[in-house]
Amino acid sequence: MKQQPYRLPTGGRIERNRPISFVYDGRPYDGFIGDTLASALLANGVRLVGRSFKYHRPRGVMTAGSNEPNAIVQLETGAYAEPNTRATQVELYDGLTAASQNCWPSVGFDFGAWTSHFSDLFPAGFYYKTFMWPRSAWMRYEYFIRRMAGLGSSPRVPDPDRYEKMHTHCDVLVVGSGPAGLSAALAAGRAGARVILVDEQNEVGGSLLEETIAIGNDPAMSWANKVREELIALPETRVLLRSTAYGYYDHNLVMISQRVSDHLGLSERSTDIPRQILWKVRAKEVVLATGAHERPLIFPDNDRPGVMLASAARSYVNRYAVKPGSSAIFFTNNDSAYKAALDMHAAGMRVSGIIDVRSDISGSWAQSVRDAGIPIFENQVVVATHGKSGLKGVSVMKLNPSGDGVDGVTQRVHGDVLCMSGGWSPVVHLFSQSRGKLNFDVAKNCFVPGTPVQASITVGACNGSFLLSDCLREGFLAGTEAAKNAGFEAIVPDLPDVQEPELTEERAVWETPNRLPSGRGGKRFIDFQNDVTSRDVELAAREGYLSVEHLKRYTTLGMGTDQGKLSNVNGLAVFSRCTGHDIPALGVTTFRPPYTPVTFGVIGGRDVDHLFDPVRKTPMHEWHVSSGALFEDVGQWKRPHYYPQDGEDMAAAVKRECEAVGSTVGIADASTLGKLDLRGPDVKKLLNWVYTNAWNKLETDRCRYGLMLGENGMVFDDGVTTKLSDEHYLMSTTSGGAGHVHQWLEEWLQCEWLDMKVWVTNITTQYAVAQISGPRARDLLAELTSDIDVSPQAFPFMSMRCGTVAGISARVFRISFSGELSYEINVPANKGMALWRALMSCGQKYNITPYGTESMHVLRAEKGFIIVGEETDGTVTPMDLGMDWIVSKAKKNFLGKRSLSRSDIIKSDRKQLVGLLTDNPDYVLGVGAQIVSQINESPPMPMEGHVTSSYYGPRVGRSIAMALLSGGLKRQGETVTVWDRGNIVRAKVSSPVFYDRDGDRMNA
Amino acid sequence: MATPTKYSIWSLLRNAGSYHQNWQRVWRQPTPKDEYEVIVIGGGGHGLATAYYLATVHGITNVAVLEKGWLGGGNTGRNTTVVRSNYLYDESSGIYELSMKLWEGLSQELNYNVMFSQRGVIGLSHDRHGNDEQSRRGGAIHLNGIDSEILNVAQVRALVPIINTSPNIRYPLFGGMLQRRGGNARHDAVAWGYARGADARGVDILQETEVIGLMREGSRVVGVETSRGAIRAKRVGIVVAGHSGVLANMAGFRLPLESYPLQALVSEPIKPVLHTVIMSGKVHVYLSQSDKGELVIGASRDAHNSYSQRGSFHLIEEQLAALIELFPIFGRLRMMRQWGGIVDVCPDASPIIGKTPIEGLFINCGWGTGGFKATPGSGWVFAHTLATGEPHSINAPFSLKRFSSGYLIDEHGAAGVAH
Repeated sequence: MKQQPYRLPTGGRIERNRPISFVYDGRPYDGFIGDTLASALLANGVRLVGRSFKYHRPRGVMTAGSNEPNAIVQLETGAYAEPNTRATQVELYDGLTAASQNCWPSVGFDFGAWTSHFSDLFPAGFYYKTFMWPRSAWMRYEYFIRRMAGLGSSPRVPDPDRYEKMHTHCDVLVVGSGPAGLSAALAAGRAGARVILVDEQNEVGGSLLEETIAIGNDPAMSWANKVREELIALPETRVLLRSTAYGYYDHNLVMISQRVSDHLGLSERSTDIPRQILWKVRAKEVVLATGAHERPLIFPDNDRPGVMLASAARSYVNRYAVKPGSSAIFFTNNDSAYKAALDMHAAGMRVSGIIDVRSDISGSWAQSVRDAGIPIFENQVVVATHGKSGLKGVSVMKLNPSGDGVDGVTQRVHGDVLCMSGGWSPVVHLFSQSRGKLNFDVAKNCFVPGTPVQASITVGACNGSFLLSDCLREGFLAGTEAAKNAGFEAIVPDLPDVQEPELTEERAVWETPNRLPSGRGGKRFIDFQNDVTSRDVELAAREGYLSVEHLKRYTTLGMGTDQGKLSNVNGLAVFSRCTGHDIPALGVTTFRPPYTPVTFGVIGGRDVDHLFDPVRKTPMHEWHVSSGALFEDVGQWKRPHYYPQDGEDMAAAVKRECEAVGSTVGIADASTLGKLDLRGPDVKKLLNWVYTNAWNKLETDRCRYGLMLGENGMVFDDGVTTKLSDEHYLMSTTSGGAGHVHQWLEEWLQCEWLDMKVWVTNITTQYAVAQISGPRARDLLAELTSDIDVSPQAFPFMSMRCGTVAGISARVFRISFSGELSYEINVPANKGMALWRALMSCGQKYNITPYGTESMHVLRAEKGFIIVGEETDGTVTPMDLGMDWIVSKAKKNFLGKRSLSRSDIIKSDRKQLVGLLTDNPDYVLGVGAQIVSQINESPPMPMEGHVTSSYYGPRVGRSIAMALLSGGLKRQGETVTVWDRGNIVRAKVSSPVFYDRDGDRMNA
Repeated sequence: MATPTKYSIWSLLRNAGSYHQNWQRVWRQPTPKDEYEVIVIGGGGHGLATAYYLATVHGITNVAVLEKGWLGGGNTGRNTTVVRSNYLYDESSGIYELSMKLWEGLSQELNYNVMFSQRGVIGLSHDRHGNDEQSRRGGAIHLNGIDSEILNVAQVRALVPIINTSPNIRYPLFGGMLQRRGGNARHDAVAWGYARGADARGVDILQETEVIGLMREGSRVVGVETSRGAIRAKRVGIVVAGHSGVLANMAGFRLPLESYPLQALVSEPIKPVLHTVIMSGKVHVYLSQSDKGELVIGASRDAHNSYSQRGSFHLIEEQLAALIELFPIFGRLRMMRQWGGIVDVCPDASPIIGKTPIEGLFINCGWGTGGFKATPGSGWVFAHTLATGEPHSINAPFSLKRFSSGYLIDEHGAAGVAH
C-alpha cells in the first residue's frame, strides 16, 4: 500500500478496509472503495488532470459532482474506452485505468498550449472572421481545426456491453435524495403511495453526505440511512441509486439512466448484467429535489489547478477524507465558504484566510471562523493567482468605496488551494425542461422555479431554500401534498430538530473588480471547459450579439459537456453588465435535455443487432433454408430470392425456375402478401371509396383486382379483393404495404367516415399461402383435393373456392401474378408447412420447381404486371400506367378522383408506362437507367423517362424492360436512347405486355 | 452607411492590439420606420438571405426583416447543417444546385466564414431495391450536370472505415450514393453572415418584432401589424418555417402544409472520427461530425402535427439504435444535447416559393426537413420574386398553384428523413 499523502487519517465515507489500486496516465496509484477517481487523484496529490478545450490551459479538479468542467478523462481503453468521463463521478474500482485527454504528449507538457500564447488572436468567434482566404484553403484550415477540437477519443471497437430498458408508472417520483428529497419520499411513502426515489450518487443523502450538522439526535447521514431503510421496507417504494433523472418530458414522463455495473471492476462485470438501464417513468406527481450548484467567482486566472468550489473542497474533506491541498484560501461572497473553512480547519488543514467581498461581516458563522483563528479579509477581492501548473498563492486588494474597483496595495496570501463561492444556483434543469418558467430571485441572486406547468413540486435548494431545516420541512410538505394529489391520505411527518446558524446576506458579486479591464491581464474564465472568458462575453455584447441565445452560440458559453452548470448564470451576469439589461430581462437559454450526457447504448437499448428490426419469417421458412434458398429483405420479411442448384448463379437459377413455371409447374411462398379481413354491412361502400373501380356487382366467391390511390390521385397500393359473403371480404395488399393500407383504412374509418360499419383485421400472418403456377397446376391441385371441382368451368379465373387441400381446410384463389394458370392456396399458418410438403411431394412427377421473388418479378414483368414501388413511385396515376379501364367513370366519387382531373394530371406528355426492347436482345438495361432525348458530349442531357424494371425474360427469350416515358402511350414503335450508367443503348418502345397478350394461358 | 470592417487575419491582428475593444456591431438595433418598400417576415436564414439579395442583386435596400424572437432562432439554428444538391427532378436540381453554387463562394461573398465544408455526403443503400433507386437518382443527378457517384460497399468503407460492413447484420450495407460537393456549414454563421451583409446595406433587421396581422386594402397587402405597431410596405414576403400556416391564416388563405416536430441531438465532442456526412433511409439515421467534434445526429420526424418544438423520446431511442447498428463503436459515446424544431411539409416534399392569392404578398415555405441546404438559393429566387413581383424561372415550378394543377415535384425519396 503506497502512501496517499493527502489522505486524512480518519473520517470520510470511504471503506478503508477495502484498498484498491488504479492507473492514471500510466502511473499506478491507490485509493479506497468509496472514492471517486477525482478524490483518489487528490488523495495522491495529483492536481493537474486535464487541459482546456481551446487554450490547453492546465486544469485541476474544480467540483465534486456532475458540474465538473475540467476533470474530464478518457476512461479505460479498447472496447471499454469511454471519452469525456467526469472524474468527479467515476466511482473508483480496482484496476481502473484512466488518462488525461486533449493534450499531447502529456498533460504536464502539452504542445497544444502554444495556443495560449496567441490567445489574443482567438477571441470568441475568431473563426467567423478568418480562414476565408484563399477560398480553396478552408478544408485545409479545417483539418487542423478539427484536430485541435474534440476532447476524448471514440472507442474503435464495438461496445461489448448490454443495455436494458424499464417502463414503469408511479404515484410520486422524487428526484434527488438529499434532505428535501428524502423527506418528500418518506412522507409520500408512509401514505402508501407508489414512490420512486432516484439519485445520481451511489448512496442517498445528497448534501448530507458531507454535512456535519445533526438531524434530531443523529448525525445527518444516520438520519438519511434510517429514512432509506424505512423506504426500502415499504412495499410500494423503490430507491434507484446511481440513476440520473436526465429528462423531463410531456405528460410527466421522466427519463432515468441507471448505471448498473459501471462501478464494478472490468473483471467483475458480466454480460449477464446490463451495464445501464433506461427507466421511462410516468409519474402522477413529480417532486424535484435536485439541489443547487455552487457558482465560481470570476477573477483573473481563476482556472489554475488548485482553484475549486468551496463546497467541493468540503466534500473532499468530509466525505472522502481527502485534503485538496496543504493550505487553503477561501474567496467568497456568502456564508457557505465559512462552513467549508471550519470543516477544513477541523480536519487539521491550514486555512490561510477567507477573502470576503462583503464588509462588516457578522453572524455566527463568521464568529466561529474568528474563534478558530482564521483571518477574514473583509471587503477584499482576489486580483491574481500565482503558480504555474498549480496554485501557490493569490494577490488580494481592497475594494474601493463604490465597490466597482480596487484600491491600495496588493497583499499576497499563500496557499495551494483556493476555495471559491459565488453563491448558489438551484438545479432547475428538469423544471425548465418540463416547460416551467424561471423567476430571478433578487434576494438570493439566483433563478428559482416559477409556477409548474406539469404536476410537479420543487423543494429544498432547488427551490432556493438553502437551510437544512427548510429543506426538511419543504420535503415533508411536498411529499404529503404529492401523495394527496395522487389520491392518498397523508399526514405531514414530524419535523426533526435541527440546530444550524442563520445565514447572513450574500453580496451580489459575480465578476470581482480588478486592476485592469477584462481584456487585459489574466483570463477570467466563465465557462472553464469551453474556455469562455468575460472578455468573450463582452466582445459578443460589443459586436451586437445581444440575445442570450446569440451569446451562447457565438461564444459557446455553456455548450460543453458540463452543459454550463457552472457558467450559465455567471455568463448572464457579465452579459447583464455589458448590455445594461438586468438578468431577469435577459432571460435564460433553454435547458435542453439531458441533464448530464447519456450513453447512446442505453438509449438504443436492446433494439440493436438481430433485434434492431424484427425479422419476419413465413411458416415455410425452414423448408426454404434447407433447400438452399438465398433470401432477400422485403419490408421486414425474409423471402426466398431464388433457389440455386449445383452452383448456379442467379441468372441460371431464375431461368430454370421461370422455364419450369412456363412448362410444368412452379411453387412459390406467397404468405407475405398482406391480407386484411373486412367485415360489416358497409364493406362494399368502403371498397368503392378506396379503390378506383366499381365493386357493386362483384359476386360471392369472385375476386377483383383494385388500385388504391392517395388523395393526390397517385397509386399507392394494389391487390386482389375477394367477396366471401355479403358482409365479408378479403383484401390482399402488397407484402410491404399491409401495415400502411391497414392504417389508411383505419384513418378514414376512424376520422372521416364514422358512420361506416366496417371492421378491419390484419390477418396476414394467420394464413400461409402456397402459390402453384404453370400448365400443370390444375392437375396438381386436382390430385390433392376431393371437394373442389377444379374444372375451368366450375372454377374460373378470378374466383375462390373453399375446400380441403391435402387434407387441410383451405381457401383456394384462382388468380395469377405469373401469367400462367395459377392457384393461391391459403391455409391456417400452422398448416403451411404440411401443405407445402404435400404439394412438393405430389408435384414431384411434374418436376415441381420452387421459385423465389426474383423469378416472380421476371414472370410478372413478362406479363406486364406492375409492382407498386417499382413501376410507381408516388407520382404515377392509373392513366399513366395505361390502366384507364380500372378507373370507374360511373362512380360518383372515390379517393383521389378529384386529383385525377387536375390540368397537369390529364396532360398527354406525362410519363407513362411502356415496354422497352433493346436493339440488342441480350442486353439487360439497368433499373433506374435514364431515357434521354438528346445525347451530349457531357451532361447536362435532357431526360424524358427512366427504366422501372428490367430483366432477361426466359419465356420470351430476350431482354425486356418496363419504363416510364414522357408521352409514352403514344410512342409505341419509336426508338429511344437510354443512358445506362454511361452506356448509350437504343431501345424500341413497345407494349409493356411481352407474354401471352390475350391471357389465354392464365385463363386456361 | 458605414462600411463594416472587413474580416480577415489582418483585422484580427489589428484588433488584438487594441484588446478587441473596437470591433463594430454586426448589425444595428434599428427603430422600425413607418414604411418600407419590402417587408420580409421571418429573420431566419432564408429571410435574411432574401433581404441580402434584395439589397445586393436588386438594389432594394429599403427593406425590413421582422423577427418575432432572435434572428436565426428557428430552424436555421436547429438543423443538422447538411448541404447537398442531389435531388431527383430537374426543377429541384435547379434550385438546390443554385444554392450549392452560392454556398461555394458564400464565405467570401459575405466576408463571414460560414465554414462550408465539402466533406461529401453519402446516402447508404441496404438492398437491391435501394440500389436501383440510387441508380435512378444518381443517373438523373449526373445527367443534370451535378456530381454524383454510386458506391459499392468497399468504396463506402474506404471513405468511412468505421462503418459496420458485416454481411450478418439485420440490414447489411449494399452500397451508397456520394455527392462529394455536399457537406456541412455552420448554421448560425449563415444567419449572422447574411444579417451582417444585409444590415450593412441598409436593411433594418427588427428582432423581437412579432407580426400579429396583415394590413390589406382591397385585394392587396399594404403592410403588417406588429408587436411594435403598424408598418406599411409595398410588398411583403412570408418566410417563417414552422409557422407558415399561422401567417397564411392571418392573411386569410390556406396552405397545403402539415407541421411536425423534428428532433436532433449531438454527442459530446470527440476527436475526428467521421469525415463525411452519412445518411441511411432504411436504417433510419443520419449523422456528421461537427468541427467542434460533436456527432450531429438526426432521423425521423414525429408522426403528430404540432407547433411545440418538442418531439417524442421514442424517436430518439429509434435513431440511436439505428446509429449503433451502423456504427457499433459509438455505443459508449453519450448524447450531450437534444432539441426539436418544427418542419412545414408539403404533400410532395418540395417547397412553395412564389405568389399567394393576395396581391403583393409572397410566400416561401414548405421546405420540410431540408431547408437549410437551400438557404442561399431560396433567398436568391425569393428576392427576385419580391423585387419583380414575378417568380424567377428557377422557382416558377414551385408555385402554390401546382397543388391545384397537379404539377407535383415529388421529392419524398430525396428527403434525408421520411416526411
